[in-house]
Formats: sequence, C-alpha cells, structure tokens
Amino acid sequence: MQISLTINGTEYCEEVEPRTLLVHFIRDQLGLTGTNIGCDTSSCGACTILVDGQSAKSCNLLAVQAEGSEITTIEGLAGEDGLHPMQQAFHECHALQCGYCTPGMVLASVSLVEEYPDLDGQGVREGLEGNLCRCTGYQNIVKAVLSVGK
Amino acid sequence: MTVTDDTVTTSGIIGQPRLRKEDPALLTGEAKFMDDLALPGALWVHCVRSPHAHATIVSIDTSAALATEGVEAVYTGADLADLWEAPLPCAWPVTDDMKSPDYWPVAQGKVCHVGDIVAVVVASSRYTSADGAEGVVVDYEVLPAVISIEDAVTDEVVIHEGLGSNVSYEWPLIPDPEGVEAAFANATHHITETYVHQRLIPAPMEPRGVAAVPSPHNGDMILYSSTQIPHILKVMAALTAGIPEHKLRVIAPAVGGGFGCKLGVYPEEIICLTLALRHGVPIRWTEGRTEAATATIQGRAQRQTIELAADENGKLLAVRATLLADMGAYLQLITPGVPLLGAFLFHGLYDVPLYSFTCKSVFTNLTPTDAYRGAGRPEATYAIERAMDVLALEVGVGPDEIRSLNFIPTEKFPYDSPAGLVFDSGDYQPALDRAKELINWEDRRAEQAERRATGSKTHLGLGISTYVEMCGLAPSRVLASLNYGAGGWESATVRILPTCKVQVVTGATPHGQGHETAWSMIVADRLGVDPDDVEVLHSDTAISPLGLDTYGSRSLSVGGTAIWMATEKVVEKASLIAAHMLEANADDLELANGVFSVKGTPGAEVPLAGVAFAAFTAHDLPDGLEPNLQAEVTWDPPNFTFPFGAHIALVEIDEETGEVEIIDYAAVDDCGNQINPMIVEGQVHGGIVQGIGQALWEEAVYDEDGQCRSTNLGDYLVPSAAETIDMKLDHTVTPSPTNPLGVKGIGEAGTIASTPAVMNAVVDALRHLGVTEMAMPASPMRVRRTIEAAQGGVS
Repeated sequence: MQISLTINGTEYCEEVEPRTLLVHFIRDQLGLTGTNIGCDTSSCGACTILVDGQSAKSCNLLAVQAEGSEITTIEGLAGEDGLHPMQQAFHECHALQCGYCTPGMVLASVSLVEEYPDLDGQGVREGLEGNLCRCTGYQNIVKAVLSVGK
Repeated sequence: MTVTDDTVTTSGIIGQPRLRKEDPALLTGEAKFMDDLALPGALWVHCVRSPHAHATIVSIDTSAALATEGVEAVYTGADLADLWEAPLPCAWPVTDDMKSPDYWPVAQGKVCHVGDIVAVVVASSRYTSADGAEGVVVDYEVLPAVISIEDAVTDEVVIHEGLGSNVSYEWPLIPDPEGVEAAFANATHHITETYVHQRLIPAPMEPRGVAAVPSPHNGDMILYSSTQIPHILKVMAALTAGIPEHKLRVIAPAVGGGFGCKLGVYPEEIICLTLALRHGVPIRWTEGRTEAATATIQGRAQRQTIELAADENGKLLAVRATLLADMGAYLQLITPGVPLLGAFLFHGLYDVPLYSFTCKSVFTNLTPTDAYRGAGRPEATYAIERAMDVLALEVGVGPDEIRSLNFIPTEKFPYDSPAGLVFDSGDYQPALDRAKELINWEDRRAEQAERRATGSKTHLGLGISTYVEMCGLAPSRVLASLNYGAGGWESATVRILPTCKVQVVTGATPHGQGHETAWSMIVADRLGVDPDDVEVLHSDTAISPLGLDTYGSRSLSVGGTAIWMATEKVVEKASLIAAHMLEANADDLELANGVFSVKGTPGAEVPLAGVAFAAFTAHDLPDGLEPNLQAEVTWDPPNFTFPFGAHIALVEIDEETGEVEIIDYAAVDDCGNQINPMIVEGQVHGGIVQGIGQALWEEAVYDEDGQCRSTNLGDYLVPSAAETIDMKLDHTVTPSPTNPLGVKGIGEAGTIASTPAVMNAVVDALRHLGVTEMAMPASPMRVRRTIEAAQGGVS
C-alpha cells in the first residue's frame, strides 16, 4: 500500500506492507533510528513519537494508520539554534543515563507539558507512567520536565 | 584544591558536577544502538524456542519453513553441532568437581528451559524470518520439569542425566567450625531466619541484539553486540565459534543498559558468528521483549537461611549463612560465582568474630541465572539486614541501636573480616546518623505510634538497611583463589596529540554510566586541559584491544585508576621534555593549569601544548627519549574496595487494600572520593528504584510446568515514575586507601541497600498486627494474605 505523511517537516510517499508497524516503517524504511523499540506490548514507551502534536507509541500503530499525519520524531525536535528546551532540560538535570528510553521520554514530556503546563511533580509522574526508564529512578526526569513546565 | 589529604591533589575538576558529554547524541537520536546499525545485505535470524521447560526433541520438520517466501535457510542443532569448537563457556568453575552441562547454542536433542533454542531461521528480513519460524514444526516428548530449588536437590528428576545429580557444586567457607558451634551453643540469643530471593528479570530498556559481519576477503569478522563485555566476549567467542582471535573484532555500540544481563556469552552471538561464516553475509538478530524474559539471564533466585548468635546485649558472636542457589538450566559465563560474591558479606558491616557460609547450587528447568545488579551482595545484605531487625526485637532495642552496637569500629580499619577479606576503610555510624536526620526518625516514630494509638488503618513503617559491599572486582590473585577464570586488571592508554588534545583509551566499557565524562575529568584535572578536549575511545576491540569491561562497580576504582596512572606517566615524560626546553632539572618542574614551570623561578615556563608539539616534531628531544607523549598502564589493584552506607525507607500500608506506598526515602552512601557527584547521584537514584522493584513488584512468575507467566512489561512490573518518589540523598567521604584516587564504586549500592530497607519497613508497619515476616514482592495480595494469616484468618 502507498502512504503519504510528513515526518519532521519532510513529506514522504512510500510503499509499505499493510502489516508494517509505524515504528518499523520509521526506523527501517526511512532510517530514522532515533525512535527506539523496548518491548512488544506497548508497555515501555521507548518508541513514543508525536503524531499531530500528541504523543503516541509508534509500536502500537500500523504505518498505514499514519496516512496524512504530521509526525515528529526525536530527530526533528531540536531547532536550528540548538536543542529543544526539553532536551536541554534533560541534559542539565542529568535525566538520562544509557539514553535508550530518552527519545520516547523526551517526546512524551514535550506532549505532557504542552497539554498540562501547570503539572506538579506527582502530575508529571502520573503523566509519564507509560514510559519506563531502568537507569535514572525518574527523579531527575521529573525535575527536568518541571523545569520546562515552569 | 585538595580532595583529601590521603589521596591525590587535584586542580578542582575532579569532584565537581559536570554535565555529560554523552548526552547530546543520546538526546537527538544520533546515538547508534545495536538495532540502529545499517548493514546492507544482512540476513535476519529468528530463533525458534522451546515452549516446554523440559522435553526431548523427537523430530523437527523444517520443510514448511524452508518453503516460506524470503527464507534462505533453516538450521537445527544437529545441522550446526560440527561447526562449534566448544559449548558456551562458563568462566567460573568454583570447585574442581563442579558439575557443568554442555551448553550448546542450539539444543542437541533435548530442551532444558522454556526459551531454549531448537532451530534457527535465516531470512531476508525481520518479518520474513518470523514468518519462517511459524513453519518450523517440532515434535517434543515432554518430561517432568524441575521448577523449585527444593525439588531440584532431591534429584528425583535429574535434568542433565550425564551429571548424575542436579547439584552443581557445594562450597563452604568455614574458617573455624568449632568456634562457630561453640558461639551458638553459648549465645543468649539465637536467631534463625529463612528468606527467599525471587527470580528477577533484569529488563534493561534495550533488549539484546547481535550482528556478525564477515569480510569476504580475508576471513576477518566483526561481531557487533549489545554487550557489557566486548573484550571478554572476544576471547570466549573465538574459542567457542572457532575463529582465530586475531581475526575477530568485537564492537559494542551504544548499549541501552545492562545491569549484569549483558555480561554473558549468549547462544545468539555464537549463532550469528557461525552463520555469517557459512553464508558470507552479515547475519543479525534482535531480541523481542517477550523473548528477553526467557532467553536472557535472570537474577537472584536464592533460598537463604541465616543464623545469628548474640550475647544478652545483642552483640553478635557469630553469623552462619546457608544458601541454596538456583543456577537455572545451564551455567552462563559467571553463574556459579554469583553466590560466592555474597559469601563474604553475609555478616554485613558488623564486627563478628566467627562466621560460617555454605552454599549448594542446583540446576532447574528455568532460564539460567547470572549476575544481576549487585550480584550476590544484595542477597547477602538482605539476609543480614532483615535478621538484624529480628535480633533487635528479641533483645528489645531499636533497629538503629542494634546496628550501632555491632558496627565495625572505625579504629579497626583496615579490618580483617571473619570471611578472610580486608575491608579497606569505613566509618559507619555517621552515615546512619545522617540518614536518621534526613528521614526525621524520631518524628516519624512518634507519628507511627500515634496512628497505632488512634486505630488508623493506614500503617506507617520505618525500615533501616546499612550495608557494606565489595566493589572493584579486581585483584587477580584473589580471583584466582576463587577459581575465577580471568584476571581483574584494567588497562588504559593516555595520549597527548600534537595539538594538545588528549586521547584516552579505556578497557572499561560503558553502558550508560557516563565513563566518557568521568574519564575526561580525571585526565583534564591532572593535565590542566578542558575536559571537552579529551576524547575517550572504548567499546571496540580494534581500538581498545585490552580490557576486562564493566561490571561489579569496578570501572572507576580499577579502570579510572589506570587512567590516572597513565596520565601520571605521560606527565613524567612530558616533564623531561619541558626540562630540556627550559634547560632545567625535571625534578624542579611542576605542572599546573596546563603549564610547566620551574619552581621558584618566575617566568621560566612552557605550556604543555608546547611540550606536546615538541614531542610530535621530535626535532630536539632529550637524548634517548622516544617521540610522542603516550603511556599505557595495566592496573591490578591490591584489594577490593568496600563502599558502605545507610538507607531508611518510610512506607505507608493501606490495611484494606494491602497496597504499600513509599512515602519517604533517605540514602546516605559513602563511595570514597567522588569524581562527578552528579553521576554518583544518578546512579544512586536508579539503583534504589531497581531495589525497590524487587521488594514490591518484580518477580519472574513460573507455573508448575515451568512456563514463565511474566514475559512482558505488562506482567512484569518494572517501576514507573508514578510508583516512585523523590529521594533524599547525602553522602559521607571515606577514601579508599587501595587506589590513588581514593574511590570505591557506587553503581550497585542503591540496589543492595533499598530492598531490605523497604522490606524492613513493610514488616515494621504491620508488626502490631502480628506480622513477623513478609515474602517478596510485597504485592497487595501478599500483604493482605499475610495480615489475614497473622490475625488467624485464611492464608
């Protein structure tokens, strides 16, 4: 099947197998490997991207379902003048260690702060429940997200 | 600035929080993890795995798989057996008569755990390899499965018939058997407790992955793997797959967490190597999360009995630990050694004159176990710290008081432990005092009493865990005495380039710990250069040929020390050149802020950059001196290091639902001098949450047939942000005298300390309801049932 969509500002028109997961399409077909795969049950959130501005787990969608949508992956988040404020906050708060969950965690956080700019620490924690990190213990991630939210 | 009087003088970079140079690539998606590598022309492997825990393979029909579109080949164990030089290695035969079954990458006639590989499908893509696997039909004759340690020791069903028993080895450490017996006979208090460490799934966020890439011309092979141990893997894979060591290059790309489970030589690594040799094209495999639950090693899985003998005041007279350890179906790289890592620490940080440890390790029809964050030390700490609370109750003193009474006194360091080690340095009471302050111990105790008095159904519990751990797995001679199959040194090369930028080559391979930043700080501090001007090379055996990698919190105290020493050697050589340039005596020179100057002679100076360029041009060097500035050091430390600390958890338990909530947590850790406190803090945070996971949520659940019922992250509960809280951290600094940096190690401390702290808090919260013990994980259902049992209801 043929799908058309925009990823990080670039329009793509691609042929895909109907069964292709969106995450595999992005990673394997387009070579945007910043989006990681951490599980096969949509539990970990490593593959989180923004679809039309809202966070979504790209392992939980078929590529064909993204027809016509506007997608941001981690490769498209930084601007010409440097890291996105959320990326910068993660850096400054030491909110990553191995970095595998980081692209998904950052994008989920961008979406969370966009939707709920006034969240407190517990709100951030609940908002990020779908994104697992095994390294940081979350404390610095919460700190980073709060620093951007304010 | 001086870090301490005991160790090196530093220029102030060491000890400062400094943002990580690793971060930008990881934050932008630029970093290349295993599955991100583009390998044109690669074929994909899909492993067909046993659905049974114990079965004989009657037949395998691969015809349908071979007919599947995209499938290039299908191999069974029989097809590949002749291609391997040796079974998968176990590098730690702890006793000379240890029983060890052959562990072949693909099963030979029989499967011994769910997830054991029975066939391999090679196809053009990830999807078609999975399609092919659907067509592999295996006829099994199912055998009775041995699931529990208790069943295993009976030998009613022997898993590996040729070995004659399920017991792999028995290992005693009893320096004074009569003394221990006498101590228990004469003790006022004799505590006996039994604890079970459930099986844990390490669950790094990146599952494992492998790719083997052959050179079509000269037989060279690159093995990419998401491994913690590229150097050890290289040696072991060469021996197993039958590839000459100099023809094999191992590269670990960015590795998305390890926690010990990537410290192995796995079937898939050998399979990809073997098939790349056969097909002459890159062969790759990526693990799925569900696969990871049965194909990657698991942790803990021990049943321990600990006995304490104490006098009337609660002063310990002897500690006796007896361990039954579940090895799983086969011995992975260091499986048998894990219990030994705990064997030296069941007496904790207490001044105990007499000690006895015995361990029996058995095979079961479950996934192999191996090192998981802390490896042996969390198990030991759990036993002694839980038992100390029981002793405190029996003696009638507080859990803090029983610990203070028994701490090894500071003046006894270096301390000869009853298990035969020498603890390097320690000062335990200040850590406990500070942790009590952070948690508001007295106020919380009062609040707990008030809730009990008012009949509240929401109970508060305070749990202490003090710990000492054995880090810096190194001293080669000590490891030899434990039959470990390798040394424990680490290598480093420091090279000053012509433009005075610096290159560091390390054998301590990182997987998220921030080595590039920390190593840059060590070198920059000494040379007076900017840490950003230091390049750290690692994780590729062609670039860093010598190393023993990262595990057991050894990187800094062994690898970091090697880097410091190599830097010193470079400075020594540079000072000879600087002296030559200044027409001075090298002994009169000092290097500060990147400039060599003659002490007491203002203006007589030359920058390091000038010396570096002179070393490069080599136009005018002192007679006999080789050009260029570089030095290599291989450091084999004289002893382990012994970090310590005190953690206190405050939990609240809803009696109606059984839910345990952590509401406050204080941790005071002492890892000696800190290179980068920001990194230390991050390691402690993550470690604590990982240990809390074991206490409250995590468990590899098996049914009676040996089926894992927690094979995904929906069923296996890795803590999320919502379950965890902000922790209160502080530290004390007691430098290690065993290395010039005075460092000890921190990566596993949080995990070691937090599990017993939380479980002690859980029992403390429910004690007034008659609860005396709680098994892990303290899930709501288990908590409810334990309360009901304590109150005479159904259990």
